[in-house]
Amino acid sequence: MSPLVALFVRDVRLAVRVGGGGGIGVLFFLIVVTLTPFAIGPDLALLGRIGPAILWLGALLASLLTLDRLLAADHEDGSLDLILMAETPLELAVAAKALAHWMTTGLPLVAATPLLGLFLNLDAAASAAVALTLLAGTPALTFIGLIGAALSVALRRGGLLLAVLVLPLTVPVLIFGVAASNAAIVGPLPFGTPFTILCALTLTSLVVGTFAAAAALRHGME
Amino acid sequence: MRLEASDLTCIRGGREIFAGLSFSVDPGEILLVTGRNGAGKSSLLRMIAGLVRIAAGRLVLRGGDPERTVAEQAHYLGHWDALKPSLSVAENLAFWVHYLGGVGPVGQALETVGLDALADLPAAYLSAGQRRRLSIARLVAIQRPVWLLDEPTSALDRQAQEDLARLMQRHLANGGLILAATHGPIGVDGARQLRLGSAA
Repeated sequence: MSPLVALFVRDVRLAVRVGGGGGIGVLFFLIVVTLTPFAIGPDLALLGRIGPAILWLGALLASLLTLDRLLAADHEDGSLDLILMAETPLELAVAAKALAHWMTTGLPLVAATPLLGLFLNLDAAASAAVALTLLAGTPALTFIGLIGAALSVALRRGGLLLAVLVLPLTVPVLIFGVAASNAAIVGPLPFGTPFTILCALTLTSLVVGTFAAAAALRHGME
Repeated sequence: MRLEASDLTCIRGGREIFAGLSFSVDPGEILLVTGRNGAGKSSLLRMIAGLVRIAAGRLVLRGGDPERTVAEQAHYLGHWDALKPSLSVAENLAFWVHYLGGVGPVGQALETVGLDALADLPAAYLSAGQRRRLSIARLVAIQRPVWLLDEPTSALDRQAQEDLARLMQRHLANGGLILAATHGPIGVDGARQLRLGSAA
């Protein structure tokens, strides 16, 4: 088994096993979306209009929930030391970890979206559109969050600092994700325009996030 | 292969821990790093492991692989064991074997440290001594010439300490180098000492 595959499989295993935090993101997402109709009241038209925004906000916050443990856990038990002493470049290692995080946190959010769209008075086509934008945009949330995770790696409760650092950077992803969803549901913008920009944001974050996170880790190791 | 350090200086947290440190370790030799708490024993080992920046000075592994850094040819056994509690003993070791490029079969390494009966036990249930032995299994399963051991005998009972001494002797007999930070005897004869914090 190649080193990166081994790291990816290990992280997926850790997330899926008890205490690994694999289901927490989806659970949080579920809670946020379930509570929204109660908070807003029985205004179905309003719910349908802000439905994509609520789903995107829920996905954003749910993605951030387990990000602070992504690198801090390895730092605390000495695994990061050994990862730094391996021949595999640190950039590839953090990318593999981020990919494992996305598959165990972001991808379940995408899968849960069609069901949760029902709570927000979205029809099947609308839910599918939101799910597609989430599929394209949640990797960006993970990889941008990776930067914050790397910067706050040595802090015990780095979660809040991570959120403060990362949320401003995720705003473009949020804007274009919701814009693409709304374009698919009500127009008048063609779906392709904001969607391709969303994909571009994701692709950029895959690269920038990886290199920035690795540089932050090296700097933080003193 | 020979580890040569010249004029090493370490600065951590704005404080100078040690400066102008020079030493060398020949193949088959073990160097004991001793000194008071805070003298810089762990910092020195972490510096050689590439985990602490070398503020000044040079570190070279003569005769080693020119394509790899010193850290990539060294094992570091620190205060933390790099074990994931929800993975089993065998899964933990197998991961490091795959990640750090070892080829040794995991079962054999576990047998060497006496953990083969616990191979499927989640690492959360291991005692401190067993965790330390699992870390030592990593050194057995993956071949790297330089061993950097930070107080390796802590948490080990008498039997395990003797086993570790035997493993270290075997490593030295195969031409490996060991640097061990320790407060007490480590069970290997003829070890040179590098005392930190005594001279200026």
